[in-house]
Amino acid sequence: MTVKYNNVYLNNTSTISGPYEAQGPFNKYYDKSYDDLYFGNATWEQAESKIIVESVDILLNKVMKEKKDVNLHISGDLLNQIVATNYASASIGIPLIGIYSACSTSVLGMIIGSNMIDAKQINNCIVSASSHNNGSEKQFRQPVEYGGPKRKTATFTVTGAASCFLSSTPSKIRIESSTIGKVVDLGVTDSSHMGAVMAPSAASTIYQHLRETNRDISYYDLVLTGDLGIYGKQILKEYLDIEYHIKLKNYNDTACMIYDINKQPVYAGGSGIACMPLVAYSYIIPKMLNKEIKRVLLVATGALLSQTMVNQKLTIPSVSHAISLEVNDDLS
Amino acid sequence: MDKNKYSLLVKKYTPKEDRLFNGLIAFIVGGLIGIIGQFLISFYSSYLSIPSKEASIFMIITLIFIGCLLTGLGIFDKLVSYTRCGLIIPITGFAHSMSSAALEYKKEGLVTGIGANIFKLAGTVIMFGVVSAYFFGILRLIFFGG
Repeated sequence: MTVKYNNVYLNNTSTISGPYEAQGPFNKYYDKSYDDLYFGNATWEQAESKIIVESVDILLNKVMKEKKDVNLHISGDLLNQIVATNYASASIGIPLIGIYSACSTSVLGMIIGSNMIDAKQINNCIVSASSHNNGSEKQFRQPVEYGGPKRKTATFTVTGAASCFLSSTPSKIRIESSTIGKVVDLGVTDSSHMGAVMAPSAASTIYQHLRETNRDISYYDLVLTGDLGIYGKQILKEYLDIEYHIKLKNYNDTACMIYDINKQPVYAGGSGIACMPLVAYSYIIPKMLNKEIKRVLLVATGALLSQTMVNQKLTIPSVSHAISLEVNDDLS
Repeated sequence: MDKNKYSLLVKKYTPKEDRLFNGLIAFIVGGLIGIIGQFLISFYSSYLSIPSKEASIFMIITLIFIGCLLTGLGIFDKLVSYTRCGLIIPITGFAHSMSSAALEYKKEGLVTGIGANIFKLAGTVIMFGVVSAYFFGILRLIFFGG
């Protein structure tokens, strides 16, 4: 489903990263970085909750608004029952829509917010997304200290939280359109090869977006997928070409950008909900503000992984959502 | 694209694991643990005059202690990434799996956290260990008379 917007803008963003991300190439662009993984809390879950709250606080300072001025908070994370979001929201106190769409949550949140702003149901909203490396390891894999050997195709969950402020008040970046993707399952059962799981859904959403907007891929200065990793990225390129005859040129994947892949022990790259927004908000959006690039398609990719279903020998479905950001020429 | 065709495409871009290399490392590291174990048995039996049957129990306790200590200090998981399964297959890995689970769940309470989760990884080893010991015991009784 593709929707075009007339009156939705991205006003500002905030990013908080963990220690591994701070060792990566975008260290200087994050609003705040921590050098441990507890952030002064007792557990991983509470730590993740804390950085959601902090990212909202930083954002509110940047846009000079108070909590009561914000109509809605849309947020999601990877933990069961999205507890990081729910506990964070208890202290934030803005009406909440908690969402789960695996690692495509960040863009799904932006889409829901944009739709409601465009329909004039709300004037503004904050969209947050977070993930925590150890919290995810504990929930989806093994105890953190166990550290069993990993495969080359495995990815490293990003620790961080990112928020953005969307509203109908014009700013330099316009949310132009969005596409909600279908759940795709091409029979991959390997939970340590998420790039292979998610590539077909990214392809399906990109194709759907281009078809429904009548555009060629060259319309975009940059197409950015979420967390396919170095192998998933190659799979997507070839799959898109074979299946839909789309050749990706100005394309990158945030999983391959957020870490220094050759130096940090992150296997095939980053993953997790925070991966895409950390890169997009801290690095891509400033580039748009400088007008180095004008049209960007963010395609967040989510592997809908459940350990229970994998243990039942079922294949892993995936979903991707896309949102198109454009530099607002009227304001610049 | 159907699933079979897609799995071929995935295979094309999936790097091969260095199984031989990993196996060799695990073999050498596992072997080293064995040598340390043998050394400990000899040490306990010749210097501390512990009978050799009991010395092997002391050896196991020593290795388990070292394994748990390294887990607690946060070193073991880093060693695993270099030694692959070399440290996980010997008794050190068993101790490590329990202590790492206990560490992970200690904040969730003694009973509902540590108690319920300490065998999360080790439980499988125990179950199949007991079952296979039972069958090998029967085979040993049949062919070698106990």
